[in-house]
Amino acid sequence: MGLALLLIIWLITFLSSYFFVAHTWWPHAISASAPYIDHQWHLTFIAMGVVFIAAQVALGFVVWRYRDHGDAAKASYSHGNNKLELTWTVLTAILFLGLNAIGSPIWAAERFHSADTSAMKVEVTGLQFAWYFRYPGPDNKFGRTRPELEDASLGGLSALGVDSADPAAKDDVVSGVLFLPVNREVDLTLRAQDVIHSFFVPAMRFKQDAVPGLMIHMHFRPEQTGDYEIACAELCGLGHYKMHGIMRVVSEQDFEKWLAAREADKQ
Amino acid sequence: MTQAHGPADAAPATVHGHAPTGFIRKYVFSLDHKVIGIQYYFLALTAVCIGMILSLAMRIHMVWPDASIPFFGAIKPEQYLTLMTMHGTIMVFFVLTTAPQSGFGNYFLPIQIGAPDMAFPTLNMLSFWTTFLSFAVMISAFFVAGGAPLSGWTNYPTLSAIPMAGPGEGLGEDLWLISIALFCVASMMGALNFITTTLDLRAKGMTLMRMPLTCWSWFITAILGLLAFGVLLAGGILLLMDRNLGTSFFVPGGLVVSGVPVQHSGGSPLLWQHLFWFFGHPEVYIAILPGMGVASQLLSTFSRKPIFGYRAMVYAMMAIGILGFMVWGHHMFMSGMSPYSAFAFSFMTMAIGVPSAIKTFNWLGTMWKGKIRFTVPMLFAIGFVSLFVSGGLSGPFLAQPAIDIPLHDTYFVVAHFHLIMGVAAIFGIFAATYYWFPKMYGRMMNDALGKIHFVMTFVGAYCIFMPMHYLGMAGNPRRYSQFTEVKYLAPLIPIHKFITYAAIITVSAQLLFLFNFFWSMKKGKKAAQNPWEATTLEWTTATPPPHDNFGGVTPVVYHGAYEYSVPGAEKDYIMQTDPTPVPAH
Repeated sequence: MGLALLLIIWLITFLSSYFFVAHTWWPHAISASAPYIDHQWHLTFIAMGVVFIAAQVALGFVVWRYRDHGDAAKASYSHGNNKLELTWTVLTAILFLGLNAIGSPIWAAERFHSADTSAMKVEVTGLQFAWYFRYPGPDNKFGRTRPELEDASLGGLSALGVDSADPAAKDDVVSGVLFLPVNREVDLTLRAQDVIHSFFVPAMRFKQDAVPGLMIHMHFRPEQTGDYEIACAELCGLGHYKMHGIMRVVSEQDFEKWLAAREADKQ
Repeated sequence: MTQAHGPADAAPATVHGHAPTGFIRKYVFSLDHKVIGIQYYFLALTAVCIGMILSLAMRIHMVWPDASIPFFGAIKPEQYLTLMTMHGTIMVFFVLTTAPQSGFGNYFLPIQIGAPDMAFPTLNMLSFWTTFLSFAVMISAFFVAGGAPLSGWTNYPTLSAIPMAGPGEGLGEDLWLISIALFCVASMMGALNFITTTLDLRAKGMTLMRMPLTCWSWFITAILGLLAFGVLLAGGILLLMDRNLGTSFFVPGGLVVSGVPVQHSGGSPLLWQHLFWFFGHPEVYIAILPGMGVASQLLSTFSRKPIFGYRAMVYAMMAIGILGFMVWGHHMFMSGMSPYSAFAFSFMTMAIGVPSAIKTFNWLGTMWKGKIRFTVPMLFAIGFVSLFVSGGLSGPFLAQPAIDIPLHDTYFVVAHFHLIMGVAAIFGIFAATYYWFPKMYGRMMNDALGKIHFVMTFVGAYCIFMPMHYLGMAGNPRRYSQFTEVKYLAPLIPIHKFITYAAIITVSAQLLFLFNFFWSMKKGKKAAQNPWEATTLEWTTATPPPHDNFGGVTPVVYHGAYEYSVPGAEKDYIMQTDPTPVPAH
């Protein structure tokens, strides 16, 4: 049984580790911050991978090596070793808290400062079960929204309850696709109208809950053009699995052209 | 450590003068901690069968959305969420909290410390029947109009606060909250009993530092339960008030749900998350600590070696218990709470890895140079260590907020918590069952069936949960009923199919356990009083133990719980009640 156990544990360890590295599981990354996040992942992955393999291989070895042979000899009588306890306590503390120290600046860079003043403003609103994106237009100001005006069945500005009486709302544009210019920082304002949703763009390594009652500011910068999927990552009701959208990153000129066309449609 | 005080003669002896003879007082409204322990165990066994069937239905629906499943029919997306919510709730509360602590703890804590019963037998009975009522209310949610809730076991408002937000968020949700509130009350009653019993009813000579590690784990778990369940109870009552009395603790103003304006203002959905996870994270340790105790007990017993670093094991459990109350915010890195607080929560969470690592090292150290007997309980204890390592090591990824950004709410998290608080804890329950079955029923469970059950469950669990890490890295969100709408998920469906096949086989293997359990009760080989040659007090008394546990004798304890392979001793184990001196250490 000792040998069988060794083989089972080692095989599980080998196969599990193999499939981690045999395929690139992560989606292609296109945001400015993604390389830092991915790097921290790799660092943690190597550290935890070594510990995982070492611990499982040791476990398999120990159960096989110290199996009962049925002889008269007794097991070793030991209640432990304080020096060893201290050694592995210090080593694991260094490993875990060290990783934490290395990773913390990445989080700080992501979330401790607000977007540049030059960043492009986009409001992201989640409602059961769609994402809406609002652009403030030339005045760079979002018009007022009023819940009593909301009518999701009409879509667009009405779905968000944008108050057309507010002058700032006149040039607001609402889209079901998140159009973004490449290489420009985006200042996101996340809102939710009914329940909690979570704005998840795997290619951007970006996720943030949109919470009813809160206006959450986040920022990111896409660095490659293309279509990327947006998913909802917080359980929001029966349509949660199909609450998705598209982030379309285009060149600066194409973006201006698109926005101008949308403004023209409104007039 | 001070000498134990209040030995058995201070115990409620009047209650235990003689055993009740009527069926109702003996088996239904029993005051005997052993009967109550078995009642809890069977409640958990019923719950785990339901929880597992729900998970199978979910797994089948995810990969064959149109399949018609016996009892369930073709599952709709909202029904999937209901199954998921009830699976999580039933497993966390009525299995992982109930079996290891209330079940085995009730049966064996008093015996292992040499007490005739729990400190408060009537309270003990009351806490079981309150748990039973809570379970009945929870199951009834399936059968009311709108069905059971779909807001997940974490039950975040505003989804859970507004009846229009989804099917099942009407009466079903109220029943869910009432059930959880009852469960909290029952758990606090149980916790008080465990704490008092441990502190006051230890036999002469049973100092705290001579207690088996199982008793330490039940004791620390009880403290966590007492502190954590009160907070969930408060949260549950506030949410019930939001739903039924027009308060707004969790619901802000200006919401429109299904086209209808919501008449609330001023609340915060994040408040619930703080209250919930202040309970929810210690709850993880409530589920796993008794498993750690059982693993320690068994690894020492079947390696025929003293536990490596007994004191370090006790201190590590205490550290896990204390730190466990300071890490709840790591569930909320993406919630919109202050990004600065993520620093503190991340630091504390990484720190909790240290005592967890100490325990793993000490388990390996216990087996090192041992004489390992591959009994079925030992196999499950070894499996526990392997799963604890595998499930534990994904923690430091999720504990770092920067890495948590892409991984939060994906299958990576599902893999992490299932391996560690699901499967590892269940392995603790299996280990305990195979280990103590002979004491509880006087018969051995079948060895060959047990070994097949172990191999299939061990390999099966890895086949189910290891691939979920890959899904999480690929960005597969959890709680999705289908993977066809979001395009990048479609290529991952074959992995989901593999997981579903593995789940079907692994769940089927549990029938071996059920068969073995009930068959061995009646037909198993008769068990000796101490079949495993273990040292703790339950093996000094008759099998099954008499009503007052020790047949009128008060045990006296002379040394710690793990005196195996003492040089010069006649046998390779010295019972705790054996006055033979052991070397100082």
